[in-house]
Amino acid sequence: MNQQSQYSEAAVKVENLEKTFGAFTAVNRISFEVKKGEIFGFLGPNGAGKSTTIRMLCGLLTPTSGAGTVGGFNIMKDQELIKQHIGYMSQKFSLYDDLTVEENIEFYSGIYRLSKKEKEERMEEVIKQAGIEDFRKNLTRALSGGWKQRLALGCAILHKPNIIFLDEPTSGVDPITRANFWSIIKEMAGRGVTVFVTTHYMDEAENCDRMTLIYKGTIIAMGTPEEMKTDIMKDDILEVRVPGADEWIDKLESLPGVKDAALFSTTIHTVVENAKIGSASIEAAFKMAGVKDYSVNKIRPSLEDVFVSSIEKYDKEHPAK
Amino acid sequence: MAVIKTTNLTRKFGDLTAVDNLNIEIPEGEIFGLVGPDGAGKTTTMRLLTGILDPTAGEGWVYGRHIVKEAETLKDNIAYMSQRFGLYEDLTVIENINFYADIYCVPDSERAAKIEKLLGFSNLTPFKERLAGRLSGGMKQKLGLACALIHTPKVLFLDEPTNGVDPVSRRDFWRILHNLLKEKVTIFYSTSYLDEAERCKRVGLIHKGRLLRCDTPEEIKKETGTKSLEEAFVSIIGEYESAKSV
Amino acid sequence: MNLKRVRAIANKEYIQIIRDPRSLALGLLIPVILIVLFGYALSLDIKDVPLAIWDQDNTKASVDFILNFKNSEYFRIIGYYDNYRNLERLLNYGRTMMVLVLPKDFSRYLYSNQSVPVQLILDGSDSNTATIALGYAQSVVQQYNDKLFRKSSQTNLVNSQPISLDQRVWFNQDFESKNFIVPGLIAIIMMIIAALLTSLTVAREWERGTMEQLISTPVRSSELIIGKFLPYFAIGMIDLVISVILGRFVFFVPLRGSLIQLFIMSALFLTGALSLGIFISTVAKSQLMASQMAILTSFLPTFLLSGFTYEIFNMPQAVQAVTYLIPARYFIKILRGIYLKDIGMFELWPEATCLMVFSVLMSRLAIHKFKKKIL
Repeated sequence: MNQQSQYSEAAVKVENLEKTFGAFTAVNRISFEVKKGEIFGFLGPNGAGKSTTIRMLCGLLTPTSGAGTVGGFNIMKDQELIKQHIGYMSQKFSLYDDLTVEENIEFYSGIYRLSKKEKEERMEEVIKQAGIEDFRKNLTRALSGGWKQRLALGCAILHKPNIIFLDEPTSGVDPITRANFWSIIKEMAGRGVTVFVTTHYMDEAENCDRMTLIYKGTIIAMGTPEEMKTDIMKDDILEVRVPGADEWIDKLESLPGVKDAALFSTTIHTVVENAKIGSASIEAAFKMAGVKDYSVNKIRPSLEDVFVSSIEKYDKEHPAK
Repeated sequence: MAVIKTTNLTRKFGDLTAVDNLNIEIPEGEIFGLVGPDGAGKTTTMRLLTGILDPTAGEGWVYGRHIVKEAETLKDNIAYMSQRFGLYEDLTVIENINFYADIYCVPDSERAAKIEKLLGFSNLTPFKERLAGRLSGGMKQKLGLACALIHTPKVLFLDEPTNGVDPVSRRDFWRILHNLLKEKVTIFYSTSYLDEAERCKRVGLIHKGRLLRCDTPEEIKKETGTKSLEEAFVSIIGEYESAKSV
Repeated sequence: MNLKRVRAIANKEYIQIIRDPRSLALGLLIPVILIVLFGYALSLDIKDVPLAIWDQDNTKASVDFILNFKNSEYFRIIGYYDNYRNLERLLNYGRTMMVLVLPKDFSRYLYSNQSVPVQLILDGSDSNTATIALGYAQSVVQQYNDKLFRKSSQTNLVNSQPISLDQRVWFNQDFESKNFIVPGLIAIIMMIIAALLTSLTVAREWERGTMEQLISTPVRSSELIIGKFLPYFAIGMIDLVISVILGRFVFFVPLRGSLIQLFIMSALFLTGALSLGIFISTVAKSQLMASQMAILTSFLPTFLLSGFTYEIFNMPQAVQAVTYLIPARYFIKILRGIYLKDIGMFELWPEATCLMVFSVLMSRLAIHKFKKKIL
C-alpha cells in the first residue's frame, strides 16, 4: 500500500509533530489521527500547546520536525493549499464590527474567491444555518455573542471546506447558545465535515466523538468520551451524602485510599483508588462517628475528573525540575 | 441571621429592567450560585450588593449594612472580584497584593504571614515578581482571589471567576473556596457554567432580571425531572418564555 | 483620611508611571522640547534684513551714513526710492522689512550741531525677527554716532548723539522677547502636563476595569484623588525646575524676582491644573474622550487666550471677557511679574487670589465629582 492512499483515509494525520521556540518545546512529538466526518476534541489547559498545534495544522506555522497531512496535503510543504481547503474560526471571531452581517459574508466570499452565483447561494445558506435572517442588514457590532459566533462559523465555512478547525469557539457564551452552536456542529459532522475543536470546557467535550488531552506539549490521554471515563480513568468517584457534609471533607480526605474530597452542593465527591475499598473505609468512618443517615455511591466520573486526574498523574510521574 | 438579604431589589437602565424585584436571603457560611445567561442581570446584582451601584427601588443588606446608606462601611467586610480582571497588569504579583493590603489597612504585623499563606495556597509563590499582565488566565484569577482575601472578608462576591480558566486551575480555585467556607465566609458566586453551579449549596436561576428558581441543585433537578442543572435550566427558561407568550 | 492609603495609591501610580516610559518621557521631555523650541526660535541670528532707503538729502554725509548699513552683514539694501507710496507698498507686500528715511536737511543738521531725526519704519508682524533687526539698526547708528563724536575733538562737534533714530514699528507695536516668552511657557508646560498626563489616570482605570475593583474597597474618594495627584504634582514641579534652569543657563533669561514666590505660585497653579485634569478624567471614563476634552478645555484656551500667544488687550471685548475665566491668564501675569519686574504675589494680589480660588475650587470639584459608583 502506498503512503498517499493510507493518508487519504484520515482527514488529519500527524506523526512526531514537534514545535520548539528557542529552548522551549511547545509541542513535543505528538502523533494522532482524525477520521473523516469525526468531531475531534483537542483539550488541554491554557499554554498546553493547543493553539500551536492548531496553527501548524492550518498552515499558519511551520513545524520544527515531524510529518503530517491535512486533507491529504503535506503540512510541511503545502501550507497554501491547506489554507484553501480548510475552514478556521479563532476564538476572537475575526468579524468586522462595523460591517453588516451581509457585508461580512460578502467580504469572506471575496477572500475565498467565490463566483457571484456561489456567493449568493452560500450567503442564503449560511444566514439560514446561523438563524440570523432577521439581522442581515444589521451591523455586526449590534449582534449578541451567540449570533456573532454563529456568523463567524458561517464565514469560516463559506467555501464548503471538508475540514474545519475551531479554536475555543464557545468561550464566554451562555449554555443555551452553546447548545445551539453544538447542534450546528453536529449537523455539519453528519454531512461528512471533519471538525477539529479545541476547548477547555469539559462538559462540552462530551459532544466530541473522540478526543485527546494535551498537557505540557505532550498527549497524555486519547479516546472516546466513554473510553476516557472507563479505561483512562483509573480512579473511581464516590458520591457521599451525609448531613453536614461540609464538616466531613477534611475527615474523608484523611482516610486511607481517598485521594481527594470536594464539596458538591450538599454532597461530597471523593476520588478513590478503588470503589470497594474506598467506600468501605468511608462507611466505617461514618459508623464510628455514629452517623446513620448516609449513603455512598459510585458515580461515573465527569470528563473534568478525568482531565484533572490525568494531569495530576502526569505531574507525579514527571516532577518539575 | 441572613448575611445577604434583599427585598424587591430593582435596577433599571432606561427602559431595561436589569434586576427585577429580587428577593433573596443567604445565611452565613453558604456558597450561593447565581446562574443565568449573558445579560440576565448577574453582574448588575453583584454591583448592587457590593455598593458600587445604587438600586432604582427596593433594599438590601450585606453583613448588616444597608447597601445604599451604609455602602462605605459595607465595603470593610466584603471582597468583590469583578468579571474583568481588576488588577494592575503593569504591577507585579506581590505589588498588587501589597497595594490591596495597604488599601484595606492590613496591619504590618499580620501582613507577611497572610501574604505567604495566600501565595502558598494559590501556588503563586514562584511568580511573586512576575507582572500580573504576564500571568495565565488561571493564575490571574487566583491572584485576584488572593488580593480579595487579604483583609479576611466576611462575604465574598465572585463574578464569573472561572471564565476562561482551565480545569486544573478551576480545581485549585474551588479548593480555596472550600477552605473559606470552613471559616464561615459567605460566598456569592455567579457563573454561566452549570456544571460549576452544581458545586454550590444553593443556586438562584436568573433570567431577564427575574429570579425564576432558588433552591439546592438537587431540589431543582428533582422538581424539573432532569438529570443535570443544564437541562433544568433550559427547561425552566423554556417554560417561562412559553408562559409569557400565552 | 488615611495617609497610608494615600501613600499606597501614590506609590502604585508612581510605579505605573515609571514602567510606562512613554508617559514618563512625555512628562519630562515636554518642557525641554518647548523651551528649546521657543528659545531658539527667538534667539536665532538673522542676516540680510531687506532694507529700502529714501535719501532725501543725497549729500556726501548722507551717503557716508548709508554706507554703514551697506557694509553691515545684517542688512541688504534692496533699493533707493523717492516717495512714501512706493515704500508703503514694499512694506505691505512684505518685500522689505525695514525702511530708512534720511531727511532733506541731513547734512545741514549734522554740521550745525543739531540732532538729525532719521526715520526708521519696521514691519513688526514677525515680532521676533523685527526685534532683532531693530537692535542691529540701533547699533549701526550708535557706532556711527561714536565715530562722529570721537572725531569731534578735531572738529567743533559737541552733540554726543548727532543722529537720533525716530523708529516706528508698523502692524505690531509691542515686541515680545524670550525674556517675555519663557516665563509664559512655564504656564503652558504645566497645563500640558496636567491635561495630557493626569486626564488619563482615572479614565484608564475605568477602561481597564481596575476601577470597579478599587471602588468596591473602603478607599475614600479623597484618598484616591490625592494619591493620584501626588506623583503628577512631583513631575510638574520637576518640570518647573527644568524650565527655570534651562531659561536661566541656556537662554539667559534673568529671574529678577523671588524664586520662592515663583515656586509657591507655580504649586498653586499646578494644583488647580492637575485637579482639572483629574476632574476631566472622572467625567470622561475613556482615555480617548479624556485626552480630547483635556486639549479642548484646558490646553487650547491656555495657549490662545492666556496672553501667552496673543496680547489680551488686542482681543475683541467679548473674547477679553472670556480670558478672565482662563486661570493661566493670572498665572502668566504673575510669572512675568516675578521674572521681569521683581513684583510678586503681594503686588499682584488680585491675580494670586484668583489662582488660589481656582486651585481650591478645582480640587474640591475633582474630589466631589468622583463617585465610587459604576454609574
